[in-house]
Amino acid sequence: MEIAHQHATKRRIGERVISIGLACCGGLSILTTIGIVAVLIVETVAFFRHVPMWRFLTDTQWTPLFANKHFGIAPLVAGTMLTSTIAIAVAMPLGLLTAIYLSEFAKEGVRQAVKPLLEILAGVPTVVYGYFALLFVTPLLQRLIPQLAGFNALSPGIVMGLMIIPMVASLSEDAMYAVPQGLREAAYALGSSKLQVSLRVVVPAAFSGIAASLLLAISRAIGETMIVAIAAGQQPRFTLNPFVPVETMTAYIVQVSLGDTPTGTLEYNTIFAVGMTLFLSTLLLNLFSLWLRERFREQYA
Amino acid sequence: MPDRHPSKIVERLFKLMALGALVIALGTLTALLVDALLDGGGRLNWQFLTSFPSRKPEQAGIASALVGTIYLMILTAACALPIGVGAALYLEEYVGKHWLARVIEVNIANLAGVPSIIYGLLGLELFVRMMGLGRSLLAGALTMALLVLPIVIIATREALRTVPSSIREASYALGASRWQTIWHQVLPLALPGILTGSILALSRAIGEAAPLITMGALTYIAFLPDSLLAPFTALPIQIFNWVSRPQPGFHANAAAGIVVLLAVLLIMNGLAVYVRQRAQKRLYL
Repeated sequence: MEIAHQHATKRRIGERVISIGLACCGGLSILTTIGIVAVLIVETVAFFRHVPMWRFLTDTQWTPLFANKHFGIAPLVAGTMLTSTIAIAVAMPLGLLTAIYLSEFAKEGVRQAVKPLLEILAGVPTVVYGYFALLFVTPLLQRLIPQLAGFNALSPGIVMGLMIIPMVASLSEDAMYAVPQGLREAAYALGSSKLQVSLRVVVPAAFSGIAASLLLAISRAIGETMIVAIAAGQQPRFTLNPFVPVETMTAYIVQVSLGDTPTGTLEYNTIFAVGMTLFLSTLLLNLFSLWLRERFREQYA
Repeated sequence: MPDRHPSKIVERLFKLMALGALVIALGTLTALLVDALLDGGGRLNWQFLTSFPSRKPEQAGIASALVGTIYLMILTAACALPIGVGAALYLEEYVGKHWLARVIEVNIANLAGVPSIIYGLLGLELFVRMMGLGRSLLAGALTMALLVLPIVIIATREALRTVPSSIREASYALGASRWQTIWHQVLPLALPGILTGSILALSRAIGEAAPLITMGALTYIAFLPDSLLAPFTALPIQIFNWVSRPQPGFHANAAAGIVVLLAVLLIMNGLAVYVRQRAQKRLYL
């Protein structure tokens, strides 16, 4: 009796230790977030001790690596918005068309064949897309647009869009797939064609899910690094002209990281200030997207 | 009423457009692969695989990058898999619908959406500077581990959810404790799913260059890393380095590096598919 009791106590302690260990693993993900936020805040505060925030937000030149230093984030934001907008302009129509086709029109066999191929497209490393943008797409586009510079926003933007198609397609298709069959049948009963059912019933019903997928795609485009670092150039320029070299926020971080910037200098702090701007913009988009998806789930729960 | 009954032509037109979209997406994939093969195929030989980087493109190779990538992946897996599986077990098997689980869940969803370059900034400050690991293999692997952790957790949770609760109940009914149930019943059944998800998470990490460059991994390494604290380089970094040079000879090297990188990824994905199929056979026999 005594031995059995001891045994049970030992076991209970063992179980307790394991559950605490597993809880620590779960907690680590929260620590990661805290770590990211803490690192960004500490270094960004150090940056703003030297550069007033209003100059960071209003100056239209970004030249921290030159003798005549300017710290206006605007050119980097413009470069990021330019490449991301081009990417979304490519990914949205193509991704949504693919999603509607796969969810409403394609036969099961086609779906089964196409989905893994799209997954492969999404799994290609971004440095490969960068190579493709710089050495395949840009020369191709230069034949059509002679004034296109060797580094430009257009080509990486387009390639980034192609890369994001699978993401838009797969998330939007999930949303359309979740629309109850009854809605489609009701529309057919009223005499609608397949196209009408797709565009006027399924797409509106899945709207918040589709919007969520687009927000995630924008966030992905803003944070994408290697394609723009390779093919967009490294010249921070306050412009919306897609034919000239620009620099995105991510490409700037790469540019500084490749150099020998000593830690603790103002140049070192700039990459964290830029990182903070990047983190906040993607975080807002991700949270908004998450909220939309939750709302969509409630609608049909 | 033409508005309510669009002719078959409109519908066919729409279908054509949709097919066009598909063709563009898949055509990109083909163009990408063919382009890399054409540009780099000529450089693919034993010398390329076994040489170190060089100032002369025809003498340069990917030995240090390939070995660096392999070491990096082993270390990343060793860090990320136990912790990721542990976190998933905690969320699925222990806390249930507790508010803490909800917080962790939203947190993981957000972490999965944080740009990879931000993880590089975290690794630079936390591992390279504060923990004093320098720009070492270990610092790179820890950074990568944090990056893939959310993916591992999400994949493991999905695998755990496919294990029917009747198996857990049967185990409890026989007097097994919670951990005994997990260790002897749940984990073996979920293992193929966990492995598949983990392999896919690692293949995402293999292609990542941005976080490694940001945490300061070097681009020119002419030796193999011999310890955890040795400097290192990796395939995507080497490819980036070669693409960024103006000489066409280095571009050919980059293309050949891309072919090797894609081949590694193909092998890993094939492995994932194989594990999944074998497991399905075992479960349904």
